[in-house]
Amino acid sequence: MSTVATPAAPPRRRRRSRLQRRQTRLGWVLLLPALAVVGFVAIYPLGKTIYYSFTNQEFLAGIEPTKWVGLRNYRELWHDSIFRTAIWTTIKFTLITVGFEFVLGMIIALVVNSNFRGRGAMRAVMLVPWAIPTVVAAQMWKWMFDDVYGVINDAGVRLHLLSHSRAWISEPGTALASVCAVDIWKTTPFVALLLLAGLQVIPRDLYEAASVDGASKLQQFWRITLPLLRPAILVTLIFRTLDALRVFDVFYVFFGNRPDTQTMAIYDQATIVGDGHVGYGSAVSVAIFLIIGLFVVIYVTFMRVTEE
Amino acid sequence: MKHRALLVVAGLVGAATLAVSLTVAAAGTSRPSGHATPVKSAAIAPPKVPNAAAIKAKYHGQSIQFIGDAAVGASHKRDLKLVARFQKDTGIKVNLVPHPSGSDAAYSQLARAFGSKSSKPDVAMIDVVWPGAFAPYLVNLKPALGKASKQFVQSIIQNDTIGGKLVAIPWFGDFGILYYRTDLLKKYGYSKPPTTWNTLFAMAKKIQDGEQKSNKNFYGLVYQGNSYEGLTCDALEWVASAGGGNFIDNGKVTINNTKAATILDAMRNQVGKLTPRGVTSYDEEGARNVFAAGNAMFMRNWPYAYSANQTTPVKGKFSVTVLPHGAAGHSVGTVGGWQLAVSKFSKHKPAAIEFVRYMTSPAVQKFNAIFNSNVPTIPAVAKIKAVVKTNPYLTPAIANVARVTRPGKYLKTHYNEGSKAIYQGVSQILNGTPAKNVLPSIASKLNSLIK
Repeated sequence: MSTVATPAAPPRRRRRSRLQRRQTRLGWVLLLPALAVVGFVAIYPLGKTIYYSFTNQEFLAGIEPTKWVGLRNYRELWHDSIFRTAIWTTIKFTLITVGFEFVLGMIIALVVNSNFRGRGAMRAVMLVPWAIPTVVAAQMWKWMFDDVYGVINDAGVRLHLLSHSRAWISEPGTALASVCAVDIWKTTPFVALLLLAGLQVIPRDLYEAASVDGASKLQQFWRITLPLLRPAILVTLIFRTLDALRVFDVFYVFFGNRPDTQTMAIYDQATIVGDGHVGYGSAVSVAIFLIIGLFVVIYVTFMRVTEE
Repeated sequence: MKHRALLVVAGLVGAATLAVSLTVAAAGTSRPSGHATPVKSAAIAPPKVPNAAAIKAKYHGQSIQFIGDAAVGASHKRDLKLVARFQKDTGIKVNLVPHPSGSDAAYSQLARAFGSKSSKPDVAMIDVVWPGAFAPYLVNLKPALGKASKQFVQSIIQNDTIGGKLVAIPWFGDFGILYYRTDLLKKYGYSKPPTTWNTLFAMAKKIQDGEQKSNKNFYGLVYQGNSYEGLTCDALEWVASAGGGNFIDNGKVTINNTKAATILDAMRNQVGKLTPRGVTSYDEEGARNVFAAGNAMFMRNWPYAYSANQTTPVKGKFSVTVLPHGAAGHSVGTVGGWQLAVSKFSKHKPAAIEFVRYMTSPAVQKFNAIFNSNVPTIPAVAKIKAVVKTNPYLTPAIANVARVTRPGKYLKTHYNEGSKAIYQGVSQILNGTPAKNVLPSIASKLNSLIK
């Protein structure tokens, strides 16, 4: 552990010295470029989006004059049943995929963290799905799910798991499950990698001591691994949840604009780019921002509680 | 150290996988794609610019920007050749920029340029459903090209005429046709392809029942059933050919009628029976792959599939004809294709108009048809022997089919939204909802958009 020496806070309050003031000023000056970048790439676009959400801005400007419409977009959004379906679809997708990815990722991480021959190769191979670009992977899976040619149907029928070929992507009953399968296949390695990094910093001697004291493997997992892995788990879950909430690519490749399987991001893109309603689409964007923000707040609060 | 080794290995594997997957992706896209599969690189040169000397004297040295076809297949090559010829003959410099291959992206690119009153592009290629949306930004070409426009297919000229102004000139066209297997037709004792939907279903049933004994994956009919623009095109053909109108007629929404409901329900009833259940996720290539592998008796598709199928197992075993019709209607084909238009914000409008005049001329249309299998929009060109030889679907019996246009003219800037209401609704029908439960809501959405 090589921690950079940070000046410890003075034990009691006293007037700041001139040096400290100068240091503070220098600090702000050094921060300026970073603040400018953040302002330019994050705050400005966000502000502009929020502004647009209160107007009737259209993509093809000039046909109707753009004017301030107050909360009209938000009122419409509140009654927008398609968007409500999209929120629901996205949340279902998030819960299913993050849940599966976490459990499977944990199992894989534990396996590749143990000692066995070919461990290095195993760790490398497990990353293969994650290394394939999502759109390419989605296209590949779309073929695998095909009702006429798909390898999944072919294998299923040959092994007598299926009575007949099914149109996994087309049938409303299996559509969401099929898209979840792709995401789980693709992202589990990423989850495993993050958890593996967390596992590797747990000191070995803890397990040795536990073994000496007669703790079983299962007890070691619950009492040592899981508590010490908590920070890594939280980071992983936050990453994956936020990622899943803004999912676009797999759904876009699989379903295009099918109304029953739209995610929030797909609906937003279709509203702004497809229909040209920049104002209303911005309101959708702000709503997505708030929904994702809500999840962040939940996680961060949870994290703070567990830290204390 | 352990971490670093892991990262290095991960990086290497990642790089290798990326390379492999990109190869897979490249292999995926190397299938005969979209519109640009020449039967053979016919040895034909771009035609001379007529009246070049006069144009050169007036506009020599001016420079215009042209947003042309995507860099897919021979389409961009075709543009390069034509532009080079035009530059050489007239001295007008043409800066050729290919548009994005996705129609959505191409639309928003132009929308941004027009919306910000940009002086570039001067000339743009626009989809047959866009004139309504872009009309306020386009030059009225009637004074310059009104006379020449008389030689084109008139329904497309009507489509490109907005509020009495001719805002675009048809460049090359597309229309829906029926592909069928000639060998199976004969095998099951039929002498000609079906002319009505009911006969098509009856024939498809008999042939499918027979073929499925040896090939479980064989189906009667495939088409573009995914929830996207292609489904709007297919549905328009079904409804119009059954006498159910063109969704919007003379400014009135007509989609909610019993004839439309009957034909849409007939299509719904065949999903999972005569058409594969997965048809509701097929696009052009999705349908064509099934047909090309010998797994379908009938297919609705655009003419590009004719040349694209020449390198597949069904080569020599299929032919094309007009789409069937309902009891009350007649055969139709949905108009697809591209137009050329001049921007209102162009600084060199006369030169740009001369470029459009050349690019849409009969001689260039002939060149396009032979060089790149583009469907001519001038009937006289479609009759030329050399053109018909490379594009057999241009025989009069097929090429003269009544054309129907999607309602871009009425929906104007709301076209995408209106089309989405149509294809999402029809998709719902194909996925199992009776048409009478869906058509009223499509109609009310369309009504709210044309107000």
